[in-house]
Amino acid sequence: MAIERFPVEASHILMFARAVGDPNPIYADEAYAKGTEVGGIIAPPTFAQSSAQFDPDYFLRPRIGEPWFGSGKEPTGIKKEKKEEGESSGSAAGGLHAEQHFTYHRHLRPGDVLPGTVLPGETWEKEGKRSGKLVFSETITEYRDQNGELVITARGVGVRTERVIES
Amino acid sequence: MALSASSVKVGDTYAQVVVDNLSRTQIVQYAGASGDYNPIHTDEVFATQVAGYPTVFAHGMLTMGLTGKMVTDYVGDGRLTNYGVRFVRQVWPGDTLTATAEVAAVRTEGSDQLVDLTITTTNQNGEAVLTGSATARLDP
Repeated sequence: MAIERFPVEASHILMFARAVGDPNPIYADEAYAKGTEVGGIIAPPTFAQSSAQFDPDYFLRPRIGEPWFGSGKEPTGIKKEKKEEGESSGSAAGGLHAEQHFTYHRHLRPGDVLPGTVLPGETWEKEGKRSGKLVFSETITEYRDQNGELVITARGVGVRTERVIES
Repeated sequence: MALSASSVKVGDTYAQVVVDNLSRTQIVQYAGASGDYNPIHTDEVFATQVAGYPTVFAHGMLTMGLTGKMVTDYVGDGRLTNYGVRFVRQVWPGDTLTATAEVAAVRTEGSDQLVDLTITTTNQNGEAVLTGSATARLDP
C-alpha cells in the first residue's frame, strides 16, 4: 500500500472522531482547540489508518464500474471459482487484522499532506488451536509531512487463517 | 489537561465504557470514515453466506479507535508517543466494551517524563477483545 498524498482535512477528522465515539472538541472545534496546549485541531490517535481513503489501489474499497465482492443480487459479486482443497476461508476478505502499533513524533493536524512510504515487513507462521495454520505478515508505513519530517510510524500485522474464527 | 508525574503512580487504573450496545450503524460509520469497506464488517449477507461468520463484526481498528478515546481522556490531548494493540477476540454488534489503562511505569527519558500504560478492553462477558500498551508525555 503506497500512498503518494494523504491530505489531512478537518471534516475527515470530525467524521472519524464521530465514528470512534469520541466527542472531544479537540477534534472538531477550532475555537476551543486554539485555547488548548496543542493550539489547534489534531487528529485522533488511530486516524492515520484512514489514509486508505487516498490509496488508489486499496482493495477494500469498491471501484467504480468493477465487480465488488460484497453482496448485491447474489451474496457476492465475484463469480465463485472452484474452491481448492485447503483454501483459506474468508480469503476474499484478505484475512484479519492481528496487531496495530503507532509511534507518534507529533500528532496530525488539518493541512498536513503526508506521503506514506511502505517498508518491507516480515512474514511468519504459527499453528493455531481454533483456526489451523496462521500466516502473519507485517507492514510498516512511515508518514512524513510536507517538510520531510517523520510524523507517524505505523506497524500493522495481518493474519490469514485456515478456518473461520467465531469468537 | 494532561496527567502530571506527581499525580500518577504504578498500579493506578483508569477505565471507561467506550461503547454500549455496539450498533451495526456505528460499524458502517467507521467503514465510511476509515475507508475500510470490507463487507465482512457491514454486509450481513456476505458475512454469513460467503465468509461463514454468524454475523458481521467490527473492524479491529474500530475497537482500537474506541479504546483510544479512553487513553487520550486519561493522558491528555497530543500527549501520546506510542500506542499499540493486539486484537485478541472479535467484537460483535450488541457488544458493550470497557477499556482500562493501568500505569505500568513512570520514567524519565531525556527531558521528558513518560508514563507507560498497559491497556485492556473487555466485552460484557469480561473477555478481553484487545490488549496493548501506550506511552505518553507527562507534565512534571
